[in-house]
Amino acid sequence: MKISADQIREIIYESINEINSFFNKDKQLGIKEETVLYGQDSRLDSLGLVNLIVEVEQRLTDKLNLNIDLTDEKALSQNQSPFLTVKSLCDYIYNHQNQQTPE
Amino acid sequence: MELNKTILITGTSKGIGRYLSEYYAGKGFNVIGCSRSKSDLTVENYHHFLTDVTDETKVKEIFTFIRKKFSRLDVLINNAGIASMNHVMLTPIKSVEKIFSVNFTGMFLFCREASKIMSKQKFGRIINLSSVAVKLDLEGEAVYAASKSAVVSFTKVLSKELSEFGITVNSIGLTPVKTDLIKGVPEEKINSLLDKLTLKKFTELRDISNLTDFLIGEESSFITGQNINFGGV
Repeated sequence: MKISADQIREIIYESINEINSFFNKDKQLGIKEETVLYGQDSRLDSLGLVNLIVEVEQRLTDKLNLNIDLTDEKALSQNQSPFLTVKSLCDYIYNHQNQQTPE
Repeated sequence: MELNKTILITGTSKGIGRYLSEYYAGKGFNVIGCSRSKSDLTVENYHHFLTDVTDETKVKEIFTFIRKKFSRLDVLINNAGIASMNHVMLTPIKSVEKIFSVNFTGMFLFCREASKIMSKQKFGRIINLSSVAVKLDLEGEAVYAASKSAVVSFTKVLSKELSEFGITVNSIGLTPVKTDLIKGVPEEKINSLLDKLTLKKFTELRDISNLTDFLIGEESSFITGQNINFGGV
């Protein structure tokens, strides 16, 4: 069954909430599509991004039964990194699963 | 008794893995084991997966099971391994690929997935089984020793990457144990190996659980990145 973009976005938001629980208020990530995850404007350091990716992968598997490797060669070879923002990550996962699961 | 603690051991259908799974089940751990063949261990707190340790999809399924059923993983013991003795000039490339695939890639996969659970709980103990073949530079075991050398090197780097999560990672350099792994090795070769040890005898299974008990203890939180050889090597 195809998973909607809303479901994926919700998983990402849940994962951000989980990551935020370890941060002080001034370091917390916003729960919105424009939130920057990667690069100079991100509040996440490299390890924070690793933790977020792991969190998203595990929730996709556990809640939506979607096994996806977010750091495979395909992800890393995109012209634009899937990890730039919440929206780009959501779009990447949505498109990835569409390629995995024929309608 | 170690109730509510969860331990994952690879290669549990026989030998060291079979012994450790029964040993830790007896201590009250929830034990998850895996191997390519069935296990004859039938205690309630042992769960067996028929899995090749190099099969990424199947390995991930084990960790999904652990997350859903136990919500935590305290200990990982990477025991699964294969050996092959041969002169380098007579070693087929298939043999090299297979040894590295099981001894290194399989171990890597389990470490990676275990790290994901352990880092969240801020606690974990990882033990990778290596061999004294690394330090003794044994002739006829070039590929096996190289694969176990990779295990030791990986263990040391991983211990640094995981240190801030309360996870320790250590390896054990095994001397010969009377298991299937050395079944095909000629007696004179084994005796020659034993002669190179300070303590010239086979490792007993109890020696191994004695060391794993020490390394997985909560009191051993300051011991990481170490390779401990048996037999005085």
